[in-house]
Amino acid sequence: MDKLQMLAEEACRAIEAADSERALDDVRVAYLGKKGALTAQLKNLGQLSAEDRPAAGAKINVVKESLQTQIETRQRLFSQAAINARLSQETLDVTLLGRDENIGSLHPVTRTIARIRSIFARVGFALEEGLEIEHERYNFDALNIPKHHPARAMHDTFYIDDKHVLRTHTSPVQIHVMERVMKTSAPPIRIICPGRVYRCDSDLTHTPMFHQVEGLLVDKNVSFADLKGLIDQFLKAFFETDLAVRFRPSYFPFTEPSAEVDMQCTHCQGKGCRICKNTGWLEVMGCGMVHPQVFTNVGIDSQQYTGLAFGMGVERLAMLRYGVNDLRLFFENDAKFLGQF
Amino acid sequence: MKFNKNWLEEWVDCSTMSSQELADKLTMAGLEVDAVTPVAPAFSGVIVGEIVGIKQHPDADKLRVCQVAGHPEGTLQVVCGAANARLGLKTPFALIGAILPGDFKIKKAKIRGAESCGMLCAQQELGLSDSSDGIWELPADAPVGANFREWLELDDDIIELDLTPNRGDCLSIKGLAREVYALTGLTHTPLEINKVPPTIDEALDIKIKSSGCGRYDGRVIRNVDISKPTPIWMLERLRRAGVRNINAVVDVTNYVMLELGQPMHAFDLDKLQGGITVRMAHAGENIDLLDGSIKTLTPDTLVIADDSGAIAIAGIMGGAASAVSANTQNIWLESVFFDPMAIAGKARSYGLHTDASHRFERGVDFDLQSDAIERATELLLSITGGKAGKTILMVGYTIEKGKRVRSTSEAFSATKESAEVFNVMLPLRHEKLDSYLGAQLGEAEVTAILQRLGFSVQNKPAERISYVVVPSWRFDINRKKDLIEVDLIEEIARVYGYNKLPSRSITASLDLTAVPETVLPLDTLLQTLVARGYREVISYSFISPELQKQFEPNESSVSVRNPISADLSEMRASLIPSLVRSLQHNLNRQQTRARFFESGLRFRIRDGKIQQQPVFSGLLYGSRMPETWSVDNTVNVDFFDLKGDVEALLAQTGRTGDFSFEATHHPAMHPGQTAAVLECGQPIGIIGALHPELQKTLDIPQPVLVFELEREALLKAREVEFRPLSRFPEVRRDLAVVVARDLPVAELLATVKKTADESLIKLSVFDIYCGEHIDSNRKSVALSLIFQHTSRTLNDVEIAAWISRVVEVLYIEHKASLRN
Repeated sequence: MDKLQMLAEEACRAIEAADSERALDDVRVAYLGKKGALTAQLKNLGQLSAEDRPAAGAKINVVKESLQTQIETRQRLFSQAAINARLSQETLDVTLLGRDENIGSLHPVTRTIARIRSIFARVGFALEEGLEIEHERYNFDALNIPKHHPARAMHDTFYIDDKHVLRTHTSPVQIHVMERVMKTSAPPIRIICPGRVYRCDSDLTHTPMFHQVEGLLVDKNVSFADLKGLIDQFLKAFFETDLAVRFRPSYFPFTEPSAEVDMQCTHCQGKGCRICKNTGWLEVMGCGMVHPQVFTNVGIDSQQYTGLAFGMGVERLAMLRYGVNDLRLFFENDAKFLGQF
Repeated sequence: MKFNKNWLEEWVDCSTMSSQELADKLTMAGLEVDAVTPVAPAFSGVIVGEIVGIKQHPDADKLRVCQVAGHPEGTLQVVCGAANARLGLKTPFALIGAILPGDFKIKKAKIRGAESCGMLCAQQELGLSDSSDGIWELPADAPVGANFREWLELDDDIIELDLTPNRGDCLSIKGLAREVYALTGLTHTPLEINKVPPTIDEALDIKIKSSGCGRYDGRVIRNVDISKPTPIWMLERLRRAGVRNINAVVDVTNYVMLELGQPMHAFDLDKLQGGITVRMAHAGENIDLLDGSIKTLTPDTLVIADDSGAIAIAGIMGGAASAVSANTQNIWLESVFFDPMAIAGKARSYGLHTDASHRFERGVDFDLQSDAIERATELLLSITGGKAGKTILMVGYTIEKGKRVRSTSEAFSATKESAEVFNVMLPLRHEKLDSYLGAQLGEAEVTAILQRLGFSVQNKPAERISYVVVPSWRFDINRKKDLIEVDLIEEIARVYGYNKLPSRSITASLDLTAVPETVLPLDTLLQTLVARGYREVISYSFISPELQKQFEPNESSVSVRNPISADLSEMRASLIPSLVRSLQHNLNRQQTRARFFESGLRFRIRDGKIQQQPVFSGLLYGSRMPETWSVDNTVNVDFFDLKGDVEALLAQTGRTGDFSFEATHHPAMHPGQTAAVLECGQPIGIIGALHPELQKTLDIPQPVLVFELEREALLKAREVEFRPLSRFPEVRRDLAVVVARDLPVAELLATVKKTADESLIKLSVFDIYCGEHIDSNRKSVALSLIFQHTSRTLNDVEIAAWISRVVEVLYIEHKASLRN
């Protein structure tokens, strides 16, 4: 049996010596293959007596299993090395930029309108939009701004023809919606109307086109207290801070009472600075209770219903929210400006 | 409206409030204060001096050596360079130790050898005007030795109000005093106005021949000495209100306007011919106005006329011919009430805006005309002397049911539709007040506020109703039963204080409503493009006619009548030129690639009417990918990059099958790279490259790809409906056919679709080849056809039959041959 011992030792050395998967396979064939040395030993078992045969066979099988285990171990070593080699070959610099188009951006006005909308949408204000060339009935008359009234002169209106103007505010949408509702149903009405508006004015702080968001709530028992609460909550929600808000009497022909809304200066926290002209307050929007004449003009019974309306300048809010210092940037469309939002 | 605080204090005792406190009070009551500025900057040590001796300076031609009285210790010598320095002149005298504006200290000095103990001052040197011509000439009655600042009441502030158009009643000291009283309850002492008894018996005949003039008060004043200077206290008040000194007569009419709010006019009596008529202008009638302009009047304009023609545009401006001048001796003074509606818009239509028109358009107290003419007469006689005739009052009329109705009592009623609107007790329901404000204001408080505002109030406590009469000066309070309540509520809320009123959360029923899935939110489209690298832009809706013509030569434009400038005078017929403008702006700022989109209205004329159509437009320019290590950024975008983006938008609707593309022509677009986008065969937009000529004209180096789609089509989504999945295998067959090069592949695909069995579930083009081995007029199109049946496995035989049928039809319809 020395021969088996020798064969085993020789095979062990050969396995150890194999320096590649292929060499190892050669060793496997040389010893364990059909014509391998160890296989030959098994074939020779037939020459032994029936008593000796099982014991001899068992010995050979022990050697065979041992060799197989050694070969497999060595085999795993080789495949592990091969994988390692491939992985190291495939290793990337993961800090490099991905291969894709850069993402674009929404205009800050759109972004601001979306914020305003989402705040009001939560309490059931639906979106309504209107057209920009309006009949003067919708832009003025139905809103209780008669022809030649000094209030009409305040609007710096662009005219298209005798009867049509570029809307000077988003308030005409109120009239269209109230008329439409009254044809088929009745209040409550809760709408928010963003859009472009136009005034014949152009300087550092005015552009001939800008954006407003108009809001209207018509229902039974709507009061000035509701208006104050709604506006106060809106500004706190929009600016995400508990800032002071005050209401200052003003005049809009389509609301009564009317108010300008001032909020605590976001820049100096009300201490007084250049932006708030040292008053500590910033004028941010106008609002009021819908004038009964406006209700009459659209066929709503002002004894039964009351309403509140408000309007705000989108660019103004965006400037305050994001700290933009020049109104004209909104319409130059410089990619470096747009990319900041 | 500008006024000085000291003047107001004579009417209402607000001396306990600082100017800023007063300004805050007014602002928070709806009378917005724009500015509070001191009447004079800080200075000290200035007294009223008098030149009691004057000699030429021995060593300087332009200097004089003056002996000036005023200092308690006697006459002082002052060297002065002003040309108007003369004996007897009273002038501000800055003593040694005085500090003038700009921290300028007055010291004892020797000027060319002559000792000078102080300085005689010009208005400019005291910071009271921007320029002056010599030292300030004070009136002869100025008290020598008095502290100049105290004597001229310079410790005073100018308060500038930006009044809303509804508050015409506050365009005077009288009106502001009323308002301050209402807001504070401080002692209110309105000026007592006495009638000036006539001393001569002379008057002009007054005829009112048109509605719109409620009453006309006029009187003759003879022998006025117009050379008499306007007193300094009046000049100072005028100056502080920003009104220029003209002559005593004009100054007095201006002063009364500022004081009481009644615009007045004085004519030179000797230049009038015959009596006064208030009438509408004759068509084509001309008038030379005080400002030197000549206006041709329209027949809807109310005028004051004499026998020679129009002598003033009513409520706006007087004529030049009858104007008071330095030679005037006799005047006709008028004080009139015009209906605001008769004046509104008129001044503007003549390109004018005057203090008078500003007030009449907003409404002048209709109970003020008599007071104003008496006050003006009194002031004028005290300055210029003279003899006043009797005040003549003529009351106007109104048209009611086609008839003239003359009112003998009230001017306002004479101009309104019905005499009933005046002096009627109108109800305010306290229940309405409380529910409107969401507050409980007591009746006592409400009554007090209304009374302080000048309303007369009668309460009916049992009914919780107050009956009120609107004061004659409030034109913003509706005198109609169904409208007055909210006006009163606003007044009460305003005076009570908006910020003291309660605030609450809105309440509403929490009803859920259907959210239609077939309406695609615009946000989805915006986000689709943002995700694909596009930046949203917003451009003006105005465009220059030249640019419009370059892009849309076949559209007739919608123009703005009064554009801000010629290059913003048309409404854009397409958003594409705006996108290209934005591109140019960025190319000029070192950017080399751009992806922009905009959502907005385009304005076109369709069937003679203005069409305002929401569209969604985009622009693609420069390299396909941003410059980076991993891609070849020398490849520029082309038509199919753009089309891919547009298809992504269309895909959001879930109705891809509804849309198709068809080669088209547009004057601004590349003739071979432009497609109409069709929805069920109807055009809804255009995509393609700008015409290379236009691109060159615009000086843009690379091709510009653009699209514009009607938004309506993009916002209609498909109603999603589930289709069962097939459990049977897909079979793919590829087919390469050679067809004419100009055959649109879409037509080829349409033929395949209609020919193949309905088991064809997917058809795509995976290669297009032109070149070697292919006729130069033909192209090879490689198609892949994927078949799958819903309920069984397909066999080779049937698929082979379908394929050969397809090949056959392709040959018949498109002369397509198989490629080997």
